[in-house]
Amino acid sequence: MQYAIKISQLHKTYDNDFIALDGIDLSVEEGDFFALLGANGAGKSTTIGIISSLINKTSGSVEIFGLDLNKQRNQAKTMIGLVPQEFNFNIFEPVQEILINQGGYYGIARPVAKRRSAALLKQLGLWEKRAEIARNLSGGMKRRLLIARALIHQPKLLILDEPTAGVDIEIRRTMWKFLSKINAEGTTIILTTHYLEEAEKLCRNIAILEQGKIINHSSMKSLLQQLSTETLVLDLKQAISTLPKDSPYQLSQSDPYSLEIQYDKSHSLNDVFNFLTKHQIEVLSLRNKTNRLEELFLNLITKNKQS
Amino acid sequence: MTWQQNWIAFSTILIKEILRFLRIWKQTILPAVITTVLYFIIFGHLVGSAIGDMDGVPYHNFIVPGLVMMTVISNSYGNTVASFFSAKFHGSIEEMLVSPIPNSIILLGFIGGGVARGLVVGAAVISVVLLFTEVPIMHPWITFSIVVLTSILFALAGIINGIYARSFDDISIIPTFVLTPLTYLGGVFYSISMLSEFWQNLSLFNPILYMVNAFRYGLLGVSDIDLAFSYFIILSFIGILFMFTLYLLKRGKGLRN
Repeated sequence: MQYAIKISQLHKTYDNDFIALDGIDLSVEEGDFFALLGANGAGKSTTIGIISSLINKTSGSVEIFGLDLNKQRNQAKTMIGLVPQEFNFNIFEPVQEILINQGGYYGIARPVAKRRSAALLKQLGLWEKRAEIARNLSGGMKRRLLIARALIHQPKLLILDEPTAGVDIEIRRTMWKFLSKINAEGTTIILTTHYLEEAEKLCRNIAILEQGKIINHSSMKSLLQQLSTETLVLDLKQAISTLPKDSPYQLSQSDPYSLEIQYDKSHSLNDVFNFLTKHQIEVLSLRNKTNRLEELFLNLITKNKQS
Repeated sequence: MTWQQNWIAFSTILIKEILRFLRIWKQTILPAVITTVLYFIIFGHLVGSAIGDMDGVPYHNFIVPGLVMMTVISNSYGNTVASFFSAKFHGSIEEMLVSPIPNSIILLGFIGGGVARGLVVGAAVISVVLLFTEVPIMHPWITFSIVVLTSILFALAGIINGIYARSFDDISIIPTFVLTPLTYLGGVFYSISMLSEFWQNLSLFNPILYMVNAFRYGLLGVSDIDLAFSYFIILSFIGILFMFTLYLLKRGKGLRN
C-alpha cells in the first residue's frame, strides 16, 4: 500500500517559541478520505502548511507519494492541491483567469488550462460567473473557486482546510457530493473541518490533534465504536408531564412534547422502545441529540487535558 | 519542471503583471507622463532658457535623459514593490509558493513586469517630450540597454522592499527617503562637474549617477562618467541584488513562517 502522506516526528516551533507541532507521526493511505481534526490552535493548519510548502518545518520528515519534501519538493508539489482556509486569490481577477494562471504556474499551457478550467467551473456551478471578478462572488462561490483552483493541475492529493466554513447547507451538500465523487475517482482527500458531522459523513480515517500532538489516529468506524452511550431526542404524540420513575435510562425533557433518552449501547433500541411502550409513550419521530463524533472528540480532548 | 513548463510559468507571471499595470493605467502610466512633462516645461524651458548650455548641450535637452531615467527608475521599482507586496498582503503569492515554479522563474516574472512598465512609461514620456524638443538618439543600443538594465536593477530593488515590507507604509519609505533623494542627486538636473571636488567625489557613491550619465551618453553623446565603468556598476548591482533576492525567496523571508 502506497502512502499519499507519511509524516515522521514532525516538529514546528515558531519564532515566538510557540510549539505548534510536537513530533507528530501521521500516515494517510492513497485513495483515502481522511479527517484531520482538532480545536483551534491544535496544529492542523501548521501541518497542512508544512505539507504544502507554505510553512518551514523545524524538524522531521514529510513524504508525499514517496517523494521526500526535503529532496524532491517541486515534484511533490505537483501531487498536491490545496484549498486554504482563507480566500487567497487576487479579488480583482476574473474567475476563469485565476484558474488559467494557476495552471500556468504548474506549467500547463493556456489552451489546456482553459479547457480544464471550463470543465471545473461547470462542475462546481461557477460557469456563469467565469468572467466576473472574484470580489463579486458570494462566500460559497469563493469557496468553490478555491476548490476549482486546487484541482486545475489534477493533483493526486487534495487538502481542504475548512472548505465549508460559512457555507449554507445546500452548497455544503453539493460540495460533499463533488468531493465524494473525486475521491471515488481516485483522488486522496485530507479534510479539516469544525463541522464534525461533515467528517463523520465523508471520511474513512481520522487523526485528532491536540496541542501539537496526535491523540487519536484510527479508522472512523473504530473511533465511533468507542462511544458507549447514545442520546436520542424523541418527538411525542401526546404530552407527558411526569417522567417514569423506574427508568433504567437517563431521561430529561425540554418541553412536554419531547423526551431525551440516553441509553447505554449494551441495550438495544428494542429495549428502549419496549420501555416506552410499557409507559404508553407514543413516538412520532426521533433523532440523535448530538453528533456522535462531536461527543467523542470532546471526550478525547478533555481526557488529554486531564492527563 | 521542464524548460517548456518553466517558460509557461514565466510568461504567465509576466502577462499577469503587464495586464495589472495596463488595467490601472490612470494610476501607473498617466501620472508619470504628466509629472515629467511639467518638469520639462518648467525646468527645461522656463528655467532652462536662463541657464543656456550644460556640457555643451542646451539645458532643456540636457535634462531629458535624467527625466526619462527618473521615470523608469520609479516605475520599475513601484511596479514590483506594489505588485509583490499586495500579492503577499492578499495571500495570492501562495498560489505561486504551493506550485512547483522555481524561485528564479518567479523572480524573472516579476522583474519582467517591472521592466515592461519601465519601458512603457519611459517610451510614453520620451514620446511626449519629443513634441516639445528634438532629442537626437546618438547611440540607440546603449540607450536601450541602459534603460533595460536600470529597470531590471530597480525592479529587483522593489521586490526586496516588497519581501521585507510588513505594511503599506513600508513600501513608501524607500521610494520617499532613499530613491527620490538619490535620483535628484544623481545628476538629473545638473552636471557633477559643477560641484566642488568633495561633492563630486561623494556623488560617485550614488549608483543612479552612473545610470543617468550612461543614458545621457546614449541619447546626447555626453557623460560625466566613463561608459564602461557605468555598465560595470549597473551589472554588478544587478548580480548582487539578483543573488540576494533569490536567497531571500529560498529562505522564504516574509513569505513562509
